[in-house]
Amino acid sequence: MTDRTNALRLLSRGQILTVIGLIGFGFLIVRAMAFTPLEVRQGAAQKIMYVHVPSAWAAGVAIMLTGLFSAAYLWLRDERADRAAAASAEVGILFGTVMLGTGPFWAKPVWGAWWVWDARLTSTLFLYLLFVGYLILRDSTEDRGMRARFSAVVGLMGLVLVPFVHLTVYMFRTQHPEPVVLKPEGVTMPGSMLATLLVGVVVFTVLYFGFVMQRYGLTVLDDLRQEEMYDAA
Amino acid sequence: MRDVLRVAWAIAAKDVRIEMRTRTALLSSVVFAILVLAILYVARDPTAVSALEIAPAALWVTFSFAGLINLNRAFAIERENDAMSGILMTFPNITGIFLGKLAANLIFVGTIQLVAFPLFVLFYDVPVLTNLPLLAVVTVLATIGMVSVGTLLSSIVVQTRFAELMLPVLLLPFMVPPVVGAVQLTSRILANRPLSELMGGFKLLAAFDLVFVVMPILIFSATFDR
Repeated sequence: MTDRTNALRLLSRGQILTVIGLIGFGFLIVRAMAFTPLEVRQGAAQKIMYVHVPSAWAAGVAIMLTGLFSAAYLWLRDERADRAAAASAEVGILFGTVMLGTGPFWAKPVWGAWWVWDARLTSTLFLYLLFVGYLILRDSTEDRGMRARFSAVVGLMGLVLVPFVHLTVYMFRTQHPEPVVLKPEGVTMPGSMLATLLVGVVVFTVLYFGFVMQRYGLTVLDDLRQEEMYDAA
Repeated sequence: MRDVLRVAWAIAAKDVRIEMRTRTALLSSVVFAILVLAILYVARDPTAVSALEIAPAALWVTFSFAGLINLNRAFAIERENDAMSGILMTFPNITGIFLGKLAANLIFVGTIQLVAFPLFVLFYDVPVLTNLPLLAVVTVLATIGMVSVGTLLSSIVVQTRFAELMLPVLLLPFMVPPVVGAVQLTSRILANRPLSELMGGFKLLAAFDLVFVVMPILIFSATFDR
């Protein structure tokens, strides 16, 4: 019974965190639209950045944590690490979809094309598809232990693949803007824009953890139900 | 170490022997490779793109697809009668099993490449003779890494539903670094660029090989329930 209580507690905490995140998201939109200056050359389209970059950030965090939890599972064979990796991957796909979905609407007015085969776009697309494959693999494996081992292998290998894909596609020409925040020379962005962007990053991080906690709790409940059904049969 | 090599040799010899008795997989992969080469050639607009321009990409798409369909069967042949359990009971040395499977797969993929390459030269009319050693190095470096990842993933997907469908979905993202690197190197070699322009690509392929041969060896045991 205590497993169920813990799972329910985690689920409700995740829900609270998600509500906080959603309120923050509303605040972010209002702040981005009404209280952050227009970018001189790109105009209103640049406002997409306040959703696009934070979702890319959350997706990156998700991929990294999936890889680390996968490594932890292979090391410790602890079911909790598997559940955390799976929850993180699923939420990562969600943020990845937001990132890939918002990008074209910024790209079209600024670059003149919905999609370009630029280094960062290309590598992101491949890694996104790999993690979709990760979820398909989980779906197509019935046995829980097997699913955990297989997806841990793919999750860890995926993490190691990230720098390679990145390096490879840099052999192409790149069009995506270079970093304007995290770079050695320091930030080159007006303070008010940076503040809005940071609000976005915080909001999306809160949402990430809210979603992952809910997903984790639901997985535990699902596993418990299946065990009960198995015991009853 | 000697034990590892002994097991690897036994596994590889077994796989090659099985294949030599039927030759089904090898033959169909070779035919498949020739078909891909021919389709890519006729699918281009000859007034817009010269054959030489798409030759490196055509070569590597062919090599990777033919490798892909061949890797599917690496562990599929152990599924019948639960042969994998027998292997695991006979050889407790997991590293040896992985290296044996890897060696057998490299032999199969290498054979396909050996057959497909002369046809590629013939079809696409590429000037290769002087560049043969460099192209061979590129091929070996790019093939080892992707076949190693493929061997590991093949052992996973045969134990899932939709096995034949799962392998391309999981493996193609891992093929991006070796294939893109190999295409870039091949086109530079065919254009007779100096060796200094090739070093970056060679380093990338070598690093990929190192990481993606060592990693699968370390985590291969996780693909079985022992």
